[in-house]
Amino acid sequence: MAKHHVTTTVNGDPVEYLCESEQTLLDCLRDELDLVGAKEGCSSGDCGACSVLLDGRLVCSCLVLGVEAEGRSVETIEGMAQGDELHPLQRKFLEHAALQCGICTPGILVAAKALLAKNPDPTETQVRYWLAGNLCRCTGYDKIVRAVMDAAAEMRGA
Amino acid sequence: MIPFSLQKASSVGDAIAAARAGARYIAGGTTLVDLMREEVEQPDRLVDINALPLKRLQADGDDLVIGALVTMSACAAHPDVKRLQPVISEALLEGASPQLRNLATMGGNLLQRTRCPYFRMLDAGCNKRTPDSGCSAMDGYNGNHAVLGTSSHCLATHASDVAVALVALDATMQVLGPNGERTFPVEDLFRLPGTTPHLEHTLQPGELITAIRVPGGRYAPRARYLKVRDRSSYEFAVVSAAALLDLENGVIREARIACGGVGTKPWRMRACEQALAGRPADRSSFELAARLSLAGAQARSGNKFKMELMPATIVRALELARDVP
Ligand SMILES: Cc1cc2nc3c(=O)[nH]c(=O)nc-3n(C[C@H](O)[C@H](O)[C@H](O)COP(=O)(O)OP(=O)(O)OC[C@H]3O[C@@H](n4cnc5c(N)ncnc54)[C@H](O)[C@@H]3O)c2cc1C
Ligand code: SF4
Ligand code: FES
Ligand code: FES
Repeated sequence: MAKHHVTTTVNGDPVEYLCESEQTLLDCLRDELDLVGAKEGCSSGDCGACSVLLDGRLVCSCLVLGVEAEGRSVETIEGMAQGDELHPLQRKFLEHAALQCGICTPGILVAAKALLAKNPDPTETQVRYWLAGNLCRCTGYDKIVRAVMDAAAEMRGA
Repeated sequence: MIPFSLQKASSVGDAIAAARAGARYIAGGTTLVDLMREEVEQPDRLVDINALPLKRLQADGDDLVIGALVTMSACAAHPDVKRLQPVISEALLEGASPQLRNLATMGGNLLQRTRCPYFRMLDAGCNKRTPDSGCSAMDGYNGNHAVLGTSSHCLATHASDVAVALVALDATMQVLGPNGERTFPVEDLFRLPGTTPHLEHTLQPGELITAIRVPGGRYAPRARYLKVRDRSSYEFAVVSAAALLDLENGVIREARIACGGVGTKPWRMRACEQALAGRPADRSSFELAARLSLAGAQARSGNKFKMELMPATIVRALELARDVP
């Protein structure tokens, strides 16, 4: 079937790609744009490894069709650091050793950033509920939650 | 995924014309894309309805009118929903994850498909997915299946949380189709499985859900949604209950109850409601009434526990509703 031509913005840059109807946004990011930060864990909405922001809202890119990105703005983990300077969340994940295999990490960082954008001072419970859609098989979550709380404190200037 | 053609509808008329010609609507895609990837659903044409002007949510006096394309997260966070019917926000926030609620729409939520595991296993018999292929759950894993409204053909539950609250609230839905507009109770959207479990809803071919209307009432704020599940967030209901109470001096004028996780559709508990009218809002009235939920209930090997958990959940939900400050 005819390919769709999609014009969109990814991490602030205008981009274009061609995709089939059945390619998801995750497929397009990874296979058409070589942005392989977002991971495919389950492709069924369960794990959150594919989390990106679409028009500023956190979504699972595995359940969004690639054509849906037309005219929208997509933010991925690749846009999080400013050049060599890591985002405070990224730094705190390293400091707290909040990752092991790392498959869940891009999705969790993007999700945590979305949380702090709307709630700069979350409680531990709020962090845990917000990150409920991001599964991690390695860390047991504790270090992740602490890293997010610590980054939030630093970003608030506390 | 099996290749398909995709068209974007720019008007409601466009969308209905495409659907009439055989295309399936796609909104948030959180049910449809998932099932297409599994090849459980194999539409060859989709019509994307996301650009249609069905994203408005507004209060009309004490009623709420929720556009079909309002997302679960937008609906849950809307000040009029929190003010007029906080139980809707509660039911929505108890479901799925932030990522999913940002995509999933209210119309799509009502038409989500069952989470019976065999429905997704293409090599297992499942009358709902493949008519006349048998029901693997009947004598297989049926631990999270329905005890009400089942048939010898299917015992899968309807998995929506917010539908349970909407059914308790006597919400209605507006649909538009090739033959014009219709309005009917949300409760009447769902069919019982009978001998045709693959037919799940009463929409006519091409009909588009445009809005959900929730009548204002005496219940808010004494309305709560209680969801019992295997972990405290991000899991489908084992049993859930929406309970609404209209009280006067500790006596129940009227009660409304609907349950999820127990029926083949969101299940209104009218016998329990009638038993509560005129009774004091105490535990013994709640327990007596909740027992009536079991009328006609039938368990299989794995879901017998629901015969206890269902009335217990109703009692607890009623207590939560009564105790709303
Ligand atoms: C991992 C996971 C966990 C979940 N957990 C929960 C939970 O705990 N509680 C819960 O309630 N739900 C849960 N869900 C289900 C989720 O809420 C639904 O998938 C979602 O609401 C469907 O909406 P959508 O807009 O994405 O629908 P789509 O996938 O776009 O469509 C679903 C169906 O509805 C039809 N449709 C959509 N809009 C219209 C319309 N306006 N008119 C006519 N037909 C229409 C489509 O043709 C399709 O058949 C979960 C889903 C996932 C993937
Ligand atoms: S319970 Fe219904 S959905 Fe599950 S296997 Fe049986 S027919 Fe299929
Ligand atoms: S890959 Fe998208 S949620 Fe798992
Ligand atoms: S670090 Fe391995 S899944 Fe989270």
